[in-house]
Amino acid sequence: MEKNLIPISITVNGRRVELEVQPQHTLLKVLQNQLDLIGSKECCGEGECGACTILANGRAINSCLVLAVEADGWEIVTIEGLAEDERLDPLQEAFLKAGAVQCGYCIPGMVMSAKYLLMKNPHPSEDEVRQGLAGNLCRCAGYNRIIAAVQLAASEKEAA
Amino acid sequence: MPVWEKYILPASLQEALEAAASAPGTARFIAGGTDLLLDLQQGRHPPVHTLIDITALAETTALEIRSDELFIGAAVPLSRIVQSPLVIEHAQALAEASALIGGPQVRNTASLGGNVCHALPAADGAIALLALDASAEIADRRGCRRAPLGELFLGPGRSALDPRAELLTGFYLPLKSSGQASAHRRVMRPQGVAIAILNMAIWLARHDDLIQDIRIAVGPAGPKPLRAVQTEGFLRGKPYRKETIAPGLDVLLAETHFRTSPHRATAEYRRRLAGVLLEDALQAAWQRAGESSEHQTVI
Ligand code: FES
Ligand code: FES
Repeated sequence: MEKNLIPISITVNGRRVELEVQPQHTLLKVLQNQLDLIGSKECCGEGECGACTILANGRAINSCLVLAVEADGWEIVTIEGLAEDERLDPLQEAFLKAGAVQCGYCIPGMVMSAKYLLMKNPHPSEDEVRQGLAGNLCRCAGYNRIIAAVQLAASEKEAA
Repeated sequence: MPVWEKYILPASLQEALEAAASAPGTARFIAGGTDLLLDLQQGRHPPVHTLIDITALAETTALEIRSDELFIGAAVPLSRIVQSPLVIEHAQALAEASALIGGPQVRNTASLGGNVCHALPAADGAIALLALDASAEIADRRGCRRAPLGELFLGPGRSALDPRAELLTGFYLPLKSSGQASAHRRVMRPQGVAIAILNMAIWLARHDDLIQDIRIAVGPAGPKPLRAVQTEGFLRGKPYRKETIAPGLDVLLAETHFRTSPHRATAEYRRRLAGVLLEDALQAAWQRAGESSEHQTVI
């Protein structure tokens, strides 16, 4: 098995890392087990829930659905990469302000999907927020506040 | 036990084809893998030795006009198709269908070629491509050939391509001319991210109040994505009216084979939905065709 290890080099949250990964391991598994980035969650493991959402080369993807070997050369941002020097990203702040976090399990994925949405569309309508978060499930069913949080972040951006 | 041993990312088509031919065990091409990886992990697909990633090939990632056709590479991610002005202009049904597959994250990874090669009878991408009269470009070590899209399907989940020798590089679609348009409609469970209960894509050419030409694809209505050729034949040359569509639906119901699937819908429900989708898709395509034509008639 060891003989099968494949070297990859990825940039994660601004830091370049060289790794040796097994060909069958998902990117999510490698983030969690080899880089100790446990913010992205595995829930369904099959692309339904979005708890594992990260940004890869600027696009939101399910990290449970791609292999670590595929990520060679990619630029990756995980939930851990949003805050700067202990200061939360405005989107994270908005989630707190709107009371959008219940158990919190879905939140890293929600925030990353929302981040992606706001990058493409800084002022989404409610419907566009719902479409943008269509790949994320919240088992606590806190959707209304999550959507409010994204809209709050968008409106604050406007004000700033 | 790992369900695959080796993963490679070839930089050229030739290299990809060589790798498939010389793999010590079975090999599979992969372009996104949102279906294939899960099928492997969950045991629905027998283990393979080598996965050959085709997302770095120039041939499979192009999306462009080539003389009088639109070419869409098999590895182009669905999100790129949804946003492509060329696809929106010439193949609106495909843009609509692609926007319905998975959630935003899945569409950033999943490819049109993967949707087609998975060969599910209600794959939205395949249904739209069928109605748009797409042909597939298939490469082997001797060169490239073209085949009508319908020839890629053997049965549910079974594609006709030889995994050792043949690589689907992309799709050619006719360009839209004036008076022509397409639309894709589907019904799905309200939870969102799932395969369709029923879907339908229609392409048509409109002349005054006549349906001059039409193509209809519908799924799941049999073991493969289905072209409703008898319904097309019935509607072709007829005026676009309620009195035409109602008997058209009878023809459609006679040539489709809806089944009851345990978690999705009963056959009876699908038969009822078929009428709704036929009306909807037809109306959308008809209106769009009117907008793109000089002869506009209102009925
Ligand atoms: S864990 Fe990746 S989508 Fe659910
Ligand atoms: S807050 Fe509990 S799953 Fe969303």
